[in-house]
Amino acid sequence: MVSKCLIKANSYYDSVTLMIITKEVEAVTGVENAVVVMGTEHNKELLDNVGLLNDETSSATPNDLVIAVKLVDDGVFEDIVKKVEELLNKRKTDGDEDYCPRTIEGSIKNMPDSNLVIISIPGEYAGVEAKKALMNDKNVLLFSDNVSIEQEKELKELAVKRGLLMMGPDCGTACINNIPLAFANVVKKGNIGIVGASGTGTQEIMVQIDRFLGGVSQVIGTGGRDLKAEIGGLMMIQAIEALSVDEATEVIVLVSKPPAYEVAEKVLQALKKCGKKAVVDFIGGDEELIKKYGFIPATTLEDAAYKAVKLCNNSVEKVNKLECPEFDKPIEEIETLAKSEALKLSNKQKYLRGLFSGGTLCDETLKLFSKNVGDIYSNIPLSPEFKLTNKEKGNNNCAIDLGDDEYTVGRPHPMIDSYGRQQMILKQAEDEEVAILILDIVLGYGSNEDPAGSLVEQIKQAKKVFKARGQYLCVVAGICGTKGDPQVYDEQLSKLNEAGVIAMPSNAQAVRFAIRVLKEVL
Amino acid sequence: MSKVNELFNQDLKVINMGLKSFADELKEQGVSVIHTDWRPPAGGNTKMINLLNKLKSKTK
Repeated sequence: MVSKCLIKANSYYDSVTLMIITKEVEAVTGVENAVVVMGTEHNKELLDNVGLLNDETSSATPNDLVIAVKLVDDGVFEDIVKKVEELLNKRKTDGDEDYCPRTIEGSIKNMPDSNLVIISIPGEYAGVEAKKALMNDKNVLLFSDNVSIEQEKELKELAVKRGLLMMGPDCGTACINNIPLAFANVVKKGNIGIVGASGTGTQEIMVQIDRFLGGVSQVIGTGGRDLKAEIGGLMMIQAIEALSVDEATEVIVLVSKPPAYEVAEKVLQALKKCGKKAVVDFIGGDEELIKKYGFIPATTLEDAAYKAVKLCNNSVEKVNKLECPEFDKPIEEIETLAKSEALKLSNKQKYLRGLFSGGTLCDETLKLFSKNVGDIYSNIPLSPEFKLTNKEKGNNNCAIDLGDDEYTVGRPHPMIDSYGRQQMILKQAEDEEVAILILDIVLGYGSNEDPAGSLVEQIKQAKKVFKARGQYLCVVAGICGTKGDPQVYDEQLSKLNEAGVIAMPSNAQAVRFAIRVLKEVL
Repeated sequence: MSKVNELFNQDLKVINMGLKSFADELKEQGVSVIHTDWRPPAGGNTKMINLLNKLKSKTK
């Protein structure tokens, strides 16, 4: 094994470009391991962890491109360097001829009437740029993570003072004036405003609203830490106040993981003051507190959407008595299908394995499973004793958030690139005790251009392995998408069906179906 | 009217900084967008960047 490296000085490329190139390099025969990154301190730690940090790579600056590889055959290094140059040049020439300023100041000068700045640069620099945007009276969507909580508080306080939106840090989803921003879906225009501290939670609610023939006025993301005690719900409250005077908004939906109690009260008080009807999904949090303020709690993300659409034309009293249907299809059809799937399983098969790209969809799965079946492990467990013990393959019943940091070091997020999930699917095929695989297929802008297509080969392969053993792999998928999304919903559905996947129109329905199959064999 | 509510009544005009795909997708939707070809200033030295920003704000 030989380690080689090349440093290209003053050659900056964004993280997704570099991760895609890393993947292409790793696919070259003779390459054991490859890291193609900018020379930041964080990336040097990554290089050190994989044994690729040396004097040369140590001396790289954040503006320098580092290409570091471990080779079985050192003869291929020149080919690798050539391949990287080709890929980088291709990315450059594929770009259009529009002028791109180098600084935010330059961009503001070129577009003085800009009203929104979207920032997705490394976290250590992002806070400073976000502040510049706010000081120039621009609303901000801060996609970057690794921004300190102290900096987040400072930015949000500044935004509140200046009457602006400061969406993030770590804000993955928004839809302003019906324009999907970052990772978001194409949804019908309507009268429901959503404020979300959770990316895929917000996406699932917006697509389900569309599916229930409702529409959205605005979808405002706050970033995942907004409802922590240190931030105190600053941006959720700012958003509620804006929606309270927005004529197009008649119903409001809030979604987040369970907030600190005092923050929940603050937010609900602001919602009460707003005077509009609302559904609140604190995803497993305190329902009684929500009811105390006269709002409607939701049991699932799909249920939040269902009740919000019903609230548009019905009273709170009436909607409080409603529950989202368990399935779209008649229950007899579901039961027949679940029984037929269960009959194909062998005696040894007893476990459910969830492989998720969306953290909130994984979290919803954990809650539904533990409420209806029992113990379930995860890398984001409901309680510490159910922390995953085998993170490479999974263990027992488990649902894994593959978008979590430990699975995305040096790799694109699974919503963009399916490589990690492909490998995990194949690993499940090695385990004779696995019965059911559950996946989320997330469409929309920002996502992989073919989420279903990128997984079907591995799904078919895994099913073949089970068949060769005289077993059967049941695969269930929840599609988070709309007919307006760029990936073409019906084509995605076709690809899943053709691969033998049972596709459901929501995460909750997919989980419920998987549970029905499992209960047949338990 | 707050600036947020002003935003709700305007066409979006976006400055993008970071992942170019976000700008490309906005362009695809017909949104007015300018992409900032950002790279770490001052060789990426965050201490130096903070000093430079302090100096800039003092000279305004």
